[in-house]
Amino acid sequence: MRDISFNKFYRKFNILSLLLIVISLVFLIFKGLNYGVDFKGGTLIELRTTDKTNNISLIRDSFNQMNLGDVSVKKFGNETDFIVKFEKQNSNDPEFIKNIQNKLSSSIGDVDFRRVENVGPKVSLELLKSGIIAISLSLAAMLLYIWIRFEWQFSLGAILAIFHDVIITLGIFSIFSLEINLSIVAAVLTIVGYSMNDTVVIFDRVRENLKKYSDIKIFDLTNISINETLSRTIITSVTTLLALFSIYLFGGEILKGFSLAMILGVIFGTYSSIYIANPILVALNVSQRTIVKEEKD
Amino acid sequence: MLYFSKLRIISVIVFTVIFSYFAFSNFVKFDDRFFSKNINLGLDLQGGSYLLLEIDNRPVITQKLQAKIIELKRYFKEKEITLKNFSLKGDTILFETIDKEFENVKNILNDKESDVNTYYPTYKSHEFDVIEDGNLFSLNYSRYGLVLLKNSSLDQAIEIVRRRVDEVGTNEPNILKRGNDRILVELPGLDDPNRIKSLLGKTANLTFQFISQNNEESFGTEKLSFEDGSRDAVVSKRIILSGDNLVDAKPTMNSQTNETVVSFSLDRVGAKKFGKATSTGVGKQLAIVLDGKIISAPSVREPIIGGSGQISGDFTFQSATDLALLLRSGALPAPLNIIEERTVGPDLGQDSIDAGILSLFIGFLLVILFMIYKYRAFGLIANLALVSNLFLLIGILTLFEATLTLPGIAGIILTVGMAVDANVLIFERIKEETKNEKNPIIAFDAGYTKSRTTILDANITTLIAAFILFFMGSGPVKGFSVTLGVGILTTLFSVYFIARLLTSLYVVKNKDKEQLI
Repeated sequence: MRDISFNKFYRKFNILSLLLIVISLVFLIFKGLNYGVDFKGGTLIELRTTDKTNNISLIRDSFNQMNLGDVSVKKFGNETDFIVKFEKQNSNDPEFIKNIQNKLSSSIGDVDFRRVENVGPKVSLELLKSGIIAISLSLAAMLLYIWIRFEWQFSLGAILAIFHDVIITLGIFSIFSLEINLSIVAAVLTIVGYSMNDTVVIFDRVRENLKKYSDIKIFDLTNISINETLSRTIITSVTTLLALFSIYLFGGEILKGFSLAMILGVIFGTYSSIYIANPILVALNVSQRTIVKEEKD
Repeated sequence: MLYFSKLRIISVIVFTVIFSYFAFSNFVKFDDRFFSKNINLGLDLQGGSYLLLEIDNRPVITQKLQAKIIELKRYFKEKEITLKNFSLKGDTILFETIDKEFENVKNILNDKESDVNTYYPTYKSHEFDVIEDGNLFSLNYSRYGLVLLKNSSLDQAIEIVRRRVDEVGTNEPNILKRGNDRILVELPGLDDPNRIKSLLGKTANLTFQFISQNNEESFGTEKLSFEDGSRDAVVSKRIILSGDNLVDAKPTMNSQTNETVVSFSLDRVGAKKFGKATSTGVGKQLAIVLDGKIISAPSVREPIIGGSGQISGDFTFQSATDLALLLRSGALPAPLNIIEERTVGPDLGQDSIDAGILSLFIGFLLVILFMIYKYRAFGLIANLALVSNLFLLIGILTLFEATLTLPGIAGIILTVGMAVDANVLIFERIKEETKNEKNPIIAFDAGYTKSRTTILDANITTLIAAFILFFMGSGPVKGFSVTLGVGILTTLFSVYFIARLLTSLYVVKNKDKEQLI
């Protein structure tokens, strides 16, 4: 067992976390999130050109001539691969995509549409709604679970830690204008699960130690517990991150956003289990009586 | 915790071997008679199209309301009750009655056994909600009336969609109802969905109507434009014949004009109607109207009594084939709109599979190396558990013929990364226990026992997230929740049966060594 005084830095890191949350919230409120076609509606086309001289501005110009609303063009992995997104989606015209492909071929040479996503406004609104419901439901379910398993002080600590992770992860997505799509919702849910997992492991140990030592104050007790579980925390984070970096680097462009969100989530999840969840136990002055009283009830 | 009976050892081995066999049967074909299941690849991996169609029921509602007005008029006329000023305002039928018959009409409409306002005995709600205001009645579809209407139009539409998709001949299309006005069409392996999209986008309402003699629009005629947009024509509203009477249609070559045409044959009723109309209408122009557009308007030279005919109009062979297909499969009750489309080309799908497998392999290798570096012999045990975990996971997905998507592959990789957590928790606990306990068997036993609740807690939380995602997520994301959820179960099995078995064998054999872990 190592002996690192994590508890000396509770205050400093809490201030840092608070700052990060405030910055994230400011960005989330004023800049908002960069929703992809899943949630905003519109059309996404992943295309591959045969002509290597095609560049972003050339492709953007050809799309702009088609009157499709706001068009954005980005490189996507390969030299010849591009992602094009625009507002318009036309459900009443089955030839919509075909016409675009024809016009494009005549202006920039043969193009292959590798992927087309076309989402109407009604569907995108429903997807957004169900995404928000899914995340809220999972938070509620976690709260319920931990409320049954632990005392309320622990629940509060764990839930605040999760909020911390989710807000900062989304904040980073807002700051860098990274796209939010369906897979990001999946990532956020997994982050919620992971962060909870990590917090629960430390809390289990805190509770065990509360029973064992009646004379150690919670401030030092959390530090002992963090140290006792530290090598597990590190090893699990490392193996999970190894897997995630492997997806990020080799899993292809489509999974990049998902794995990035997960990587951020795991890093902040590990950090928050130590520096958010535990200081809250200290602030709420948890003692042996907290758990003994509960058990009597 | 460390003791395993012989029976238990054998069952663990048998179980693991069977599921590993299932997993391998995806890649190497053994005996098909014993096990022939495969993991399904999602549309994002094998390529294909996902189309969500929504029925636009407004024309159906208007049609039904108009029919209802006629029915009401006839019904009350038979009962010799005077109703007047029938009108249709939005989705509301309005009519007035005279004072002395007010109560009578009201009772008929609200009667539980009513013949004109039905459904009550079955659904405890009438087809129409009736509101009276003085002598003015207004009828609106009730919630149930609307649901039933939508359901029946959805049932009809799904049947027509299925016929059209089947006629095009894609492999294993998946056509499902979604709610009461949506149809989900999944077309695996389809490279170019444009043809199916344009086929599904047409209502295919075919009618034969005479072109009116005078060029002015009047009561009983309507102005329609030609398909190519070149000109308009005034057409009699009387429908001679509709697509319902068609029994077959196919593209053929007209030997005289060398043109591609669609030849059709009619059922008996249709043949009779068509014969009668064409014998009285020799010399007139007969417009062939599809979805409100005139395809062509040939002149009737002689009565057509054989019950078959041809539709001409600048067809290519492809467009004639498509029209024939539409006519054979019948008309949709209402137009369909494509409200969501996701198409992935087959080469992108293959690229995703390759990238997925590569990243799985690398992630797996890194985790395995890290575990051996950290725990030596026990790392090896954890790794064996991890390998069997992977086989079990893929084996179970195969057994249930689950659909594997790209996010699903990510879920498998993530499982690999997180699966070692349980073993790490146990090993770390054992390390702590060995400090106070000299007997390794007791220390190992305590390590397993004391870490159990933590491991359960930790896995249940992830399982909750996976469950919610499964019920709320759609498409590829659902695939992620499946692999994540099943991955947790196989992780627990591999930790508590496989790894524990190996640990116990190792510890019992080496119990006299110093510092086992």
